[in-house]
Amino acid sequence: MIENRPLLTIFSHIMLILGVVVIAFPIWIMFVAASHPEIRMTQVPLPMLPGGQFFENLDIALNRGMSGMDGNGVGYMMLNSLAMAMMIAVGKIAISLLSAFAIVYFRFPFRMFFFWMIFVTLMLPVEVRILPTYEVVANLGMLDSYWGLSIPLIASATATFMFRQVFLTIPDEMLEAARIDGAGPMRFFWDILIPMSRTNIAALFVILFIYGWNQYLWPLLITSEPEMFTVVMGIKQMLEAAEQAPQWNVIMMTALLAMLPPVCVVIFMQSLFVKGLTETEK
Amino acid sequence: MLKNVHFGPSVLPFLLVLPQIIVTLVFFIWPASQALYQSVLLEDAFGLKTEFVWFRNFEELLSDPLYWDSFKITIVFSFLVAFLSMSFALALAIFSDRVIKGSGAYRTLLIWPYAVAPVTAGALWVFMFNPTLGIVSYALSALGYEWNHQLNGGEAMALVVMASAWKQVAYNFLFFLAGLQSISKSLIEAAAIDGAGPMRRTIDIILPLLSPTTFFLLVINIVYAFFETFGVIHVVTAGGPAGATNILVYKVFSDGFVGLDLGGSAAQSVILMIIVISLTVVQFKYVEKRVAY
Repeated sequence: MIENRPLLTIFSHIMLILGVVVIAFPIWIMFVAASHPEIRMTQVPLPMLPGGQFFENLDIALNRGMSGMDGNGVGYMMLNSLAMAMMIAVGKIAISLLSAFAIVYFRFPFRMFFFWMIFVTLMLPVEVRILPTYEVVANLGMLDSYWGLSIPLIASATATFMFRQVFLTIPDEMLEAARIDGAGPMRFFWDILIPMSRTNIAALFVILFIYGWNQYLWPLLITSEPEMFTVVMGIKQMLEAAEQAPQWNVIMMTALLAMLPPVCVVIFMQSLFVKGLTETEK
Repeated sequence: MLKNVHFGPSVLPFLLVLPQIIVTLVFFIWPASQALYQSVLLEDAFGLKTEFVWFRNFEELLSDPLYWDSFKITIVFSFLVAFLSMSFALALAIFSDRVIKGSGAYRTLLIWPYAVAPVTAGALWVFMFNPTLGIVSYALSALGYEWNHQLNGGEAMALVVMASAWKQVAYNFLFFLAGLQSISKSLIEAAAIDGAGPMRRTIDIILPLLSPTTFFLLVINIVYAFFETFGVIHVVTAGGPAGATNILVYKVFSDGFVGLDLGGSAAQSVILMIIVISLTVVQFKYVEKRVAY
């Protein structure tokens, strides 16, 4: 701070608190709605303070589901989301580490060609090639499977670029020393490169976990069996059913459940999250 | 790009890039080329015969007023989202850069909506603005305004813009804050010695120095609004009412999967591809320059 202006500092705090309130307001409303009995959620005006049925709603959302639906709850959808998010995050990191290693540490024919091919994926988000990608996955028999949910999303130009940058900053002496000690390429990769890029891997994992967990269009296209649905799809499904009989307490509880894992990741691994976010955008 | 010291020739590097290349070829390049190919074909309703029609799908698309409406809606939508979330985030970042006590806590409280899925964000906002029950529409009707985004296109647009911008504030805030913190303190101090107050310093020094960050975020936000808000639209309005929020990505999905117009959907995909490619080029050209700034 340059000069001491107590009034301006107080004003800044007030504005920031207002900002936090605006940002948090929808979440507060969601939390309140998730803690009231169904009947209260049909009476206008809706409550602004939490009620006492939070854990009953949690049980309904996780295990029983909204009345009028299949009665399975969204517990298994949370597991599907978790499986998909983990497979996408781990898959992207694994194949990007390997290809960045090849591109930085080997001289081989078509090296730049491969590099540009990976780069092109940046320009082809799922949204622009919806139908043909669906056809490919259908022909490979990967509809309604974890493989179909994750593999088509794991090519990653940004992750490959990030690891390339990280590897380029690792001093050449590392490789020379490893070679003198008789280490082959894979030994060098496992015992030197991976440990040295550990924090970058963790930061990227945080970002990719959130990315994977929040996928919507792709699972919507390739899953038709309810047992493969992810939790964000569950919300949409409930909203559609809600047009006849709104059970906002259960819907908002599901939204809360869908939000919790990625939000916890951001809050508890904040420094890794910020690092991942800024590094992948370079 | 290549290390000075590297491993000798072998098949190993091919094996290492192989997984990524296979995924890229099978799920990215092949489908994209199929989209290109299908965009010049016309298929009958039963998929029995296809006919090569050159650019007729494109001609039809570009002479379709609904497509142009969707184009206009997308542009209005993405600029509103970018403007709203960036200005809100910039103001918060400037205040947050000023306070010393509690700035970490504010940051934590402001960044977590990044992790909320677009669908979840849409569900929250559609609940708050539900015409019969929603808490905000109740407050509005107490003020004498009847909110119904299911009937009013303008209100539907406002709702999807708010839901999408709300989610994006976190991202913009982090980058603006990083930009502010990288501005050299000596510049600010020099201006203060010359008698410039906080307002003047913000307008004449901080904002111009932030312009690279602002431009970068503008591109990112437009990409976000174009491609990542599908979930919000799908949950909140499903493109309606009467196509008032039918953005391009949503139209590709509904024409292709619901309407089963393969050629038309492929032509739309190709146009979207051109848009992504140009946005990516802009972004990369700019990133090169950002370092030299």
